[in-house]
Amino acid sequence: MQGPLLEMRDISKSFGGVKALQGVSFEVWPAEVHALVGENGAGKSTLMNIASGVLRPDGGVICFNGRRLEELDPRRAQQLGIGFVHQELALVPQLSAGENICLGRHPAGPLRWVRWEQIHRGARELLEQLGREIDPGRPVSELSVGEQQLVEIARALALRARLLIMDEPTAALSEQEAGRLFQVIGRLKRSGVSVVYITHRLKEIYQTADRVTVLRDGRRVVTAPVDQMPLETLVRHMIGREARQQFPARSSYASRQEALRVEGFSARGCFEDIGFTVRRGEILGLAGLVGAGRTELLEALFGVREPDAGRLWIGGRPVRIRSPRDAIRHGMALVPDDRKTKGLIPGAPVLWNLVLASQRGFLIHTRREQESAAKMASELRLRLIDPEQPASSLSGGNQQKVVLARWLLAEASIFLMDEPTRGIDVGAKAEIYELIRRLAARGAAIVLVSSELEEVLNLADRVLVMHRGRIVGELQAEQASEEAVMRLATGAAQ
Amino acid sequence: MNGPLALWKRTAAQALPRFGPLLALVLMCAALGVFSEHFLSIDNLLNVFRQSAVNALLALGQLAVIVTAGIDLSVGSILGLSCVLAAMALKAGSAPALGIVVALGVGACLGLTNGLLLTKLRLPHPFIPTLGMMNVARGLALVLTGGFPISELPWGFRYWGAGTLWGVPVPVWLVVASCLLFHLFLTRTTPGRDLYAIGGNRQAALLCGVPVDGRLILAYGLSGLMAGAGAVVLAGRMNSGFPLAGVGAELDSIAAVIIGGASFFGGVGTVLGTLVGALIMGVLRNGLNLLNVSAYWQTVVIGAVIVAAVWVDVVRQRAAARR
Repeated sequence: MQGPLLEMRDISKSFGGVKALQGVSFEVWPAEVHALVGENGAGKSTLMNIASGVLRPDGGVICFNGRRLEELDPRRAQQLGIGFVHQELALVPQLSAGENICLGRHPAGPLRWVRWEQIHRGARELLEQLGREIDPGRPVSELSVGEQQLVEIARALALRARLLIMDEPTAALSEQEAGRLFQVIGRLKRSGVSVVYITHRLKEIYQTADRVTVLRDGRRVVTAPVDQMPLETLVRHMIGREARQQFPARSSYASRQEALRVEGFSARGCFEDIGFTVRRGEILGLAGLVGAGRTELLEALFGVREPDAGRLWIGGRPVRIRSPRDAIRHGMALVPDDRKTKGLIPGAPVLWNLVLASQRGFLIHTRREQESAAKMASELRLRLIDPEQPASSLSGGNQQKVVLARWLLAEASIFLMDEPTRGIDVGAKAEIYELIRRLAARGAAIVLVSSELEEVLNLADRVLVMHRGRIVGELQAEQASEEAVMRLATGAAQ
Repeated sequence: MNGPLALWKRTAAQALPRFGPLLALVLMCAALGVFSEHFLSIDNLLNVFRQSAVNALLALGQLAVIVTAGIDLSVGSILGLSCVLAAMALKAGSAPALGIVVALGVGACLGLTNGLLLTKLRLPHPFIPTLGMMNVARGLALVLTGGFPISELPWGFRYWGAGTLWGVPVPVWLVVASCLLFHLFLTRTTPGRDLYAIGGNRQAALLCGVPVDGRLILAYGLSGLMAGAGAVVLAGRMNSGFPLAGVGAELDSIAAVIIGGASFFGGVGTVLGTLVGALIMGVLRNGLNLLNVSAYWQTVVIGAVIVAAVWVDVVRQRAAARR
């Protein structure tokens, strides 16, 4: 009897003050498909980044194929046969599929001439093994997302991967493409490759996986064969008892006054014919899968990108918004989906980040800024040592509070929030939920985009579901079940 | 924890990176003072300052651009064209004041053009429009003069490059005044702070309502304006509008900004650091002259200093990140 292929024992990892993993153990057997599930921030990606050498654990032991690994880095992991297919695909779009598969180790002849025939032959064989015909000469940018994923898998196989880690491989796939991916996973398993499969779509697990491990708040809750783990049990393990209580008690502050009305918003390839109304004090949830066009919609409403068509009313009056500046002037605020690239100026002092959207006039009034920063810090329980410290030194939760506080200072009345709790710890999440409710109570209108269904259902008064750029359903949050939303979001209801 | 010692330590930890270039400058001056008794004389120090004036003026404009994560390759050529056009205006009989207005105006207009090209044509990187402008402006300066300098300018104009006021060269006063204005602009006004925001994270600045395009045009306009100011000083000192004036000056100005602790990635940089950077370069040149090191070797040393200055910064930041 062979031992496990990958064995991780007592793995711990912290970022800043946040404990991402606490004593997690995890093992994968040869030719096993192992699903790894948990809510956002549960530690799935962190654990797998450690397994593939991207991150170094603070404590714990990693063994691969029975050998203990001391210093693991991505290169070493690759050599050992640990392949990682990332959520954001790591391909060079201008190069052909074949070149991407051979990237970094082109077979070369004398004088380092590239042997094209060899590249293409090798690539074609690998792709055929995966059961798909893709011309290895085609540039990756011309391939669909599903095909690109196969190219990445082929790349991992070309490196003789024995363990393939897939981080939400189906997040951006259509149901059909996902089905094909499952066939590929089946083939891999039969050829002796082990697969770790991170996913949010729990039903998929029953189609693909042998065993499942649930993580919650950086700890392992359970590992079991999937046939002994019905869906309800799985969900209960994921959410946990206390998690339910992190949402403030339901109460609606929706008024009759219309805050924002949207009609006929379209942008080719992103979203089509979007129309909805949000009233003052109302929280409107916008559910859907990643790639359904929600981020693009919010950015178009905020004037970041130009829609092809569409009209907008604020407070009942028609407005045209051509830039974020226009949007802000009309009382709108955007909490972007990625605070590192769109939300914060990481190197600048927290103070600047706080006042950035509300500074007016030519001269800077230092004392007034400090006063408003202090006010926000106490209102949002923002833990600051010094308002002059760089924003990057704050924890994820505090960074997000800075982004929110910025719009409070700008006295915004319509909040477009895109994944406002992504990647922050449970405590900070609860505080942000509370803040969202408080904003609604003060009469703000809120459009809340979140991929965490639980979040949308517990916070919103009303939920719109988007699928492939269109609104496919509207539900009253109190009556809506996660299942009903999911059916709409995956297009299964049509 | 909050004893005077801890406070002092924190202050020192914050001050050291900020005043690192200044410390280097002081140490360099002290060392040169030991090797050459003439170096630390008031006369020579003023001379160093005067010789650094043009570079310091250009570097201030360059700072405004580099803080936005940009670069302006055209300042040397803009300086050349401004020199030539101002000299032509003076030769045509215009008053000295008008000559100054021409130099500053030409500089500002060409700088604004850089900014407009960058933002309105959506060119991918400021390298492109300013590289184009670098060639266009230099070419025009040569075309207009046929390659010959325009000499013999009126004293009212030359005063700004060659005169003295209260025993101090006028260019030094100009640098001091410009530094004050730039410092106030960058630290006490919203457009100034916006430049840092754009350099720190352009997308975030845009989403917070910062008028990114307008601010970038302003930054390149300021850089051009300072090239015009440099032209007044240089033409005044040389008593001629020379079409090849300022060849390579853009790289010196960039070097001064970087030696002064600004980051090429934007969002970081101070006026004091930039002034110190320009002075470090001036002191090096002057000191090596006094020590009879050939001008050719001076270039080698300056090149090494640029790399060393940034390397020290990299090491310091890595140490800070580990803490």
